[in-house]
Amino acid sequence: MAILVDENTKVLIQGITGSFGGRHAQLSLDYGTQLVAGVTPGKGGQTFGGCVPIFDTVEQAVAETGATVSAIFVPPPFAADAILEAVGAGVALAVAITEGIPVMDMMRVRAAMLGSKTRLIGPNCPGIVTPGLGKDSHGGCRIGIAPGYIHKRGKVGVVSRSGTLTYEAVWQLTNLGLGQSTCVGIGGDPINGTSHLDIMKMFNDDPETEAIIMIGEIGGTAEEEAAAWAKDNCDKPIAGFIAGATAPPGRRMGHAGAIVSGGMGTAEAKMEAMRDAGIEVAQNPSDMGDALMRAMG
Amino acid sequence: MNIHEYQAKELFEKFGVPTPKGQVADTPEAAREVAQGLGSEIVVKAQVHAGGRGKGTFKNGFQGGVHLVKDAAAAADIAEKMLGETLVTHQTGEEGKLVSKVMIADAVDIEKEYYLAILMDRESRSPVIVASTEGGVNIEEVAEKTPELIHNQKIHPLLGLQPYEIRNVASKLGFSGDTAKQFAKLLKGLFKLFIDCDCSMVEINPLVTTPDGQVLALDAKFDFDDNALYRHPDIQKLHDPTEEDPREVEAAKYDLNYIGLDGNIACLVNGAGLAMATMDIIKHCGGEPANFLDVGGGATQEQVRNAFKIILGDPNVKAILVNIFGGIMDCDVIAKGIVAACGEVNLNIPLVVRLEGNNVAAGKATLANSDVDLIAADTLADAAEKAVAAIAA
Repeated sequence: MAILVDENTKVLIQGITGSFGGRHAQLSLDYGTQLVAGVTPGKGGQTFGGCVPIFDTVEQAVAETGATVSAIFVPPPFAADAILEAVGAGVALAVAITEGIPVMDMMRVRAAMLGSKTRLIGPNCPGIVTPGLGKDSHGGCRIGIAPGYIHKRGKVGVVSRSGTLTYEAVWQLTNLGLGQSTCVGIGGDPINGTSHLDIMKMFNDDPETEAIIMIGEIGGTAEEEAAAWAKDNCDKPIAGFIAGATAPPGRRMGHAGAIVSGGMGTAEAKMEAMRDAGIEVAQNPSDMGDALMRAMG
Repeated sequence: MNIHEYQAKELFEKFGVPTPKGQVADTPEAAREVAQGLGSEIVVKAQVHAGGRGKGTFKNGFQGGVHLVKDAAAAADIAEKMLGETLVTHQTGEEGKLVSKVMIADAVDIEKEYYLAILMDRESRSPVIVASTEGGVNIEEVAEKTPELIHNQKIHPLLGLQPYEIRNVASKLGFSGDTAKQFAKLLKGLFKLFIDCDCSMVEINPLVTTPDGQVLALDAKFDFDDNALYRHPDIQKLHDPTEEDPREVEAAKYDLNYIGLDGNIACLVNGAGLAMATMDIIKHCGGEPANFLDVGGGATQEQVRNAFKIILGDPNVKAILVNIFGGIMDCDVIAKGIVAACGEVNLNIPLVVRLEGNNVAAGKATLANSDVDLIAADTLADAAEKAVAAIAA
């Protein structure tokens, strides 16, 4: 089953003709993902990679191809508009990869999405991978920028705010022989579309997912919320890690949302909330896979 | 991004937020001229991005970055003692901050001090107005000891500030009559400024009332959303690079995300989350990270080279740990960058490299076949242990 997307999911890419979008569109095609359309205003009628039709609008692309998910690779000044266009076209899922969108823009986008049927993942995120059953997990659904080959189809759900740290965790799992149901990067911005808690609930309801890794970082209280919910509602084994224990307060650590301000959002508080919820907290980032092994008993 | 007090005052004036009469000066003569247009109680303030100015000490021995004077001659005299000198406060660190401008303004007769701020609240995804009758003091202490004296007013992200919300805040602060009217005008201007300038925080502490019935912003702190600066060239111009760590300014030129720390093991990592985690594991193994450095998901050979130069510019650095998880990024590109950098910088401290991911075999071969003297590591834990051990040896 997996969550959010599977090997049959039809995906379109907004910003497919940009160098960043194009590169990752090709990698998704190579991975075996059902990439059915691209959208770049003014370039409708062209094709990408010789096989993917490009449309001027998301609405057209959805109508013609039946895509239900849009991956957004549009530069920051135009990204809010691109997300709203995907929402307007009624896609089930919009995954915003773009890094550097103004916070005010995301505030308005989230408010405007209220009552819509679209779920937003990101922005500033690596995307989603539901690994396939082929060699190096080929044949899965890869949306975004994660390296496909590090995955392996299996039973562990992975949710994280960061990119490379997620790859690190996935790689550790794969090397331990633990495959993944779905890996979701929810993004490093202060205002995002989907929280740790939202994904945790989906993993809890997903019969294929038997264990969960939750990776967080300093800033905000999303990890605490998810841990508190899991304490009473989730029976699946969970391992966790929080990055940024050594980060100086008041400084943004690369991600716009990774900041300890006014004593809030510290790694210590988050790890404490996780331990309190019975989550096996990894001692260090090399220990994430082993921590899950311990959680699973 | 932070700005100076005098720049904040200019922004306030533009948006109709009243402040005491005054102006900035960069010479004693200019200070005298400004002071001549003011009243009989004048305040002279050193312009640096740090709190605790009043209790600070200049390196030339002069006490205090904030002074009260009676006339223009005295204002010029104080300005002379501050300008071109370095002020050390509890927030500047020992090295202090160079004062190149002073603010000259009317000293205000204060009736009562308040606190007023607007910030972007990530939990409610909306602006929140924070107001308190306890102004002029550390607001975090107020929040801890007497949370009932802090009032929050959430503002709708699309509708913006409504008149009733202004009345609510005014009433919580005990304002009525003409004071309430003046406060309403001030808050409206402040909210417009917050939205129009893409602030993540604007704080007035203290906001004051005066015996003659004015409501004034006496001091301000701004935080702008870096992601939005591209659409505010006027605010970008307010940026003062001399207030920042020169290594961070240099790193920004090459699109590198660098934050200097106090330890001695430098790290070079791709990705912010992994970079934080690398600092954490160094500490976990008994070492101290010298910096946070994220070279980004698609680093080039050139960026890696510049990253090495910046790292080695820190005299405290005794070892370097490179941790790359090449997801899409080619490990061999990073390896070539490392070899090129080491050839140029004459590396004489231990270098631990952990490469993993895409094309890792070629990357490891590039490193092994070069004449760079490095310690190879297999996992993140292995790398951190080797870096810590290399310093101890």
